[in-house]
Amino acid sequence: MDEFSLYVLDITMNSVRAGADKINIELIEDDEWLLFTVRDDGCGMTKEQLANLENPFFTTRTTRKVGLGIPFLKMLAEMTGGELSITSSHISESEEHGTVIFAKFGKNHIDFIPLGDMIGTLKTLIQGAPDIDFVYRHKTENGEVTLSCAEIREVLGDVSLGEPEILAWIGDYLLEQYEGLNNN
Amino acid sequence: MKSLEELKAIKAQMQNKVVLRKASGETRIVVGMATCGIAAGARPVLNAFVEGVAEAGLGENVIVTQTGCIGICQYEPVVEVYTKDEEKVTYVKMTAERAKEVIEKHIKGGKPIAEYTIGALKK
Repeated sequence: MDEFSLYVLDITMNSVRAGADKINIELIEDDEWLLFTVRDDGCGMTKEQLANLENPFFTTRTTRKVGLGIPFLKMLAEMTGGELSITSSHISESEEHGTVIFAKFGKNHIDFIPLGDMIGTLKTLIQGAPDIDFVYRHKTENGEVTLSCAEIREVLGDVSLGEPEILAWIGDYLLEQYEGLNNN
Repeated sequence: MKSLEELKAIKAQMQNKVVLRKASGETRIVVGMATCGIAAGARPVLNAFVEGVAEAGLGENVIVTQTGCIGICQYEPVVEVYTKDEEKVTYVKMTAERAKEVIEKHIKGGKPIAEYTIGALKK
């Protein structure tokens, strides 16, 4: 994957499939590091799944025998001098179930990749799971870009966030914020 | 500035349409969005279908959805088209440009584009 935003899409899809109602996606940058966190209230992982998480030959799916999402993210983090950590509690073990993926990247490292189309990633996530409350926050030294699907849903009522007209509006809404960020 | 007020106006325009859409939905376009699909370029393909269907005014009969890995990772991005009458059509190695073509010729025109299907690849 040649854009960081594709990693964000791929990792967040895990939270979607874990049956989360609420997913927080956070990118925080300073002049040296990019900190990436995805936090969900999905079903979480069992101890066995957690132990095998970084093993690419372990996957819960049945259509193929490898799972590369987390190994890819870990590789990129470590290649750029950063790290990856995961905490999770399974629905059978705790009422506060869910998963937190945290990864740190050296953004000036030669092996880091461009951020890419974060707006495309968010539109794709919302299109696929319009009922989930995604909360997005991207903070840089110039300011921040935010999105709250719950807030938008409050306005929309029974109109789905997945409707093309709404997705287009969300895209414009984010684009405007990113343009403001770049002009600061 | 974009505001939530603006959303209210869009909502008002849309409400009638949405009721209609839920009633039909005869054609389904399914885009594979697992790690394999994403790495191969499925995101722009999905967005091209979402926007293309809306632009062509097909929203009442056509639904664009996402799925996980269907097991043919080497042919990603993979798109399956289900229509009421025909058999399922599986497109492989899709691009945003091809997505527009599929909307034009297959979804609107009713003729699947054989050269982009999995059948054409295996020959």
